[in-house]
Amino acid sequence: MNSVLLMTTARLLISILLLFAIFLLVRGHNAPGGGFIAGLVVASAVGLYALAFDIRSARSLLRVHPRTIIAVGLLVAVLSALPGMFSGDPFMTGIWVDFSVGGESVKLGTPLLFDLGVFLVVVGMATIALLWLAEEEG
Amino acid sequence: MEVVLIFLVGGMFSAGFYLLLQRRLAQLIVGLGLLTNATNLLVFTVARLSREGAPLIRTGSDQLPESVSDPTPQALVLTAIVIGFGVLAFFITLAYRAYKQIGSDNLEQMVSTDLLDADDDPDDELQGELQSGAAD
Amino acid sequence: MSLLIVTPIVAPLLAALAGVAFRERPVVQRLISLAGPLSMLGSGLALLVIVDSDGIQATNLGDWPAPFGIVLVADLFSAFMLLMAGIVSLAALLYSFATLRERNIRFGHYSVVNLMLVGVSGAFLTGDMFNLFVWFELMLIASFVLLALGGGRRRIEGAVKYVAINLLSSAFFLSGAGLLYASTGTLNMADLSVKIAQVDNQGLVTTIAMFFVISFGLKSAAFPMFFWLPASYHTPSIDVTALFSGLLTKVGVYALIRTFTLVFANDVDFTHTLIMVLAGFTMVVGVIGAIAQYDYRRLLSFHIVSQIGYMLMGLSIFTPAAIAGAILFMAHNILVKTSLFLVGGLIAQFSGTESLNRLGDMYRSKPMIAALFAVAALSLAGLPPSSGFISKLALVRAGIEAEAYVITGISLFVSLLTLYSMIKIWNSVFWRPAPQDAAGPVTEKPGGARLALMLSPALLLIGLSVVFGFVAQPVFELATAAAESLIEPSAYVDAVLGETS
Repeated sequence: MNSVLLMTTARLLISILLLFAIFLLVRGHNAPGGGFIAGLVVASAVGLYALAFDIRSARSLLRVHPRTIIAVGLLVAVLSALPGMFSGDPFMTGIWVDFSVGGESVKLGTPLLFDLGVFLVVVGMATIALLWLAEEEG
Repeated sequence: MEVVLIFLVGGMFSAGFYLLLQRRLAQLIVGLGLLTNATNLLVFTVARLSREGAPLIRTGSDQLPESVSDPTPQALVLTAIVIGFGVLAFFITLAYRAYKQIGSDNLEQMVSTDLLDADDDPDDELQGELQSGAAD
Repeated sequence: MSLLIVTPIVAPLLAALAGVAFRERPVVQRLISLAGPLSMLGSGLALLVIVDSDGIQATNLGDWPAPFGIVLVADLFSAFMLLMAGIVSLAALLYSFATLRERNIRFGHYSVVNLMLVGVSGAFLTGDMFNLFVWFELMLIASFVLLALGGGRRRIEGAVKYVAINLLSSAFFLSGAGLLYASTGTLNMADLSVKIAQVDNQGLVTTIAMFFVISFGLKSAAFPMFFWLPASYHTPSIDVTALFSGLLTKVGVYALIRTFTLVFANDVDFTHTLIMVLAGFTMVVGVIGAIAQYDYRRLLSFHIVSQIGYMLMGLSIFTPAAIAGAILFMAHNILVKTSLFLVGGLIAQFSGTESLNRLGDMYRSKPMIAALFAVAALSLAGLPPSSGFISKLALVRAGIEAEAYVITGISLFVSLLTLYSMIKIWNSVFWRPAPQDAAGPVTEKPGGARLALMLSPALLLIGLSVVFGFVAQPVFELATAAAESLIEPSAYVDAVLGETS
């Protein structure tokens, strides 16, 4: 496909989609959102890019093979489950650290790390399926 | 509201099973998709539907207020949707490959696995595997 | 303690990830892939010892207390199954080192195998209904990939059938779990075991139990839900078939035994009688299907079905002795079935075919393979002195003690037919002279170290099966202890729920 209109809006939309994905990922712990849905948003951004330009450049947009993204995501998720064990708690126990940013208390913890892992796995999975099917069609 | 959803679930299940009994790969995919989502909806309905607010136990009480919906099945459904999505995506890619390989989406033609003697099958991949072996 | 229970889940997962990192280094990948089976084997063994001396072990994931969070539990049954699963997956991996194409290794074959093992370990250890669903799905998704890997018409067709039927089974499982939660308010198996008796509408509970019979019956290939198995198990590469035959259906049977001793044990008259009927039909239909086949792997696939019937028979009689028999039979079947498939791989490697019509004379040309097959086949049919004899003896004796004469009679009759079909293989592959249209010789015959690598796993498994027969007493005592704690689940319930009080 070669539509100037789509190409121009795609650039704009993709940056908004990626920002929105980060927003969804971070708010996920206490509000609707989270790693899964954020991953799908990123994958749809990649899909949009593939639609507007071509599949090859969509692949290079990711820099690494989606398979690597899945592996890194799984690794992050597993690692996030381990810290609890060092303090003698069972596997996957959440550890939280309190920060104070401009008077607001911000909590960061291993569940967020786990969500980041989920996010990466979903990005990898969804782009593999999407791009593979798109390649078969084209 | 629950009653409506219960009938919807029933309808989706029957439509799904009807499609499973058809002969085409595409109908099989849609049928399985309907079944998966009918199941998700069933578990979701189990939680009771209500917009009363968050399921929090009030101070001084040791159980949930009557009118809120149970959060557990909703969490389960979330997981089930993710899994169902992944498996269905895999099945669609697989079905597409099957379609290209066989050149037809008629399930009646997928009988090469049912031969009594596999050597009757002209394109057998066992041969290739035995010949190549591990190279190192 | 937490660490030991979590190891067989985390170690294969890390091995799978490391496999991706060393994608271009097949040798390193092979070494890494051993981590999964070895961790299962090691922790299975360690857990057996610990559970035997200190009682059932449980750990609450994320430190959420038991009926609310997810709990991992190791009792004798799950530790024993973990050990057996570790042994067969080790054997199948060793075999694949000699046969697997490099292309498949690059694609991530070993990573997927390890992911499947994560699911298997998880399914053995979990104490939560929904969590069991998740482990099942993980195991199945990995098995889908293994089945379809490599392409080819038969493989893709087999995979389509397998995936479709498993999606259906998952829908039943999930519906069952949802309804179970709706009527009891919990999904923790130990908690369910207590609460299920307090449900007013016991008819509904029995209906829910049927959802699980259908779902686990599909997964374990019980009559009348077995058709997918002989349609797909003979299509992937031989090490994958061997791995599947040793693990996947057995996990289904494990889930059946676990849920129908711990959770659905109130309306035994109905549910377990139904399972008994299914067991009888499974045995007979499986073995009759096997007799008709002329493809080595397809024939053995039908035998998998037939032998699932024996395991269900043990569950359905529902006495400690019978369940001990079922556990013994599972262990025996895991060893022998996998080794028979591996022997089939050796036959195909040397003759280039798996068709009984085109094989012959291997007794003279390959005496070693003939010997391996003979021992494994006799063990499968249940002749002494092997694991098959011991486990069938335990089942039959339990059947007679419980006065379940019909099913016991069927099981003995099916044993004869099993022996018959093994003799059929023996005659056409080994005994008779090679037929006119025998398969041409394979261009590259394995030799030296590679041949040793191909022979050793089958040798290991068959050796274990024979040893099993000679040291029956301790194994039998172990299975009896495991069965007693299954029938009388109070220790399990205390181990899971006791931690909170």
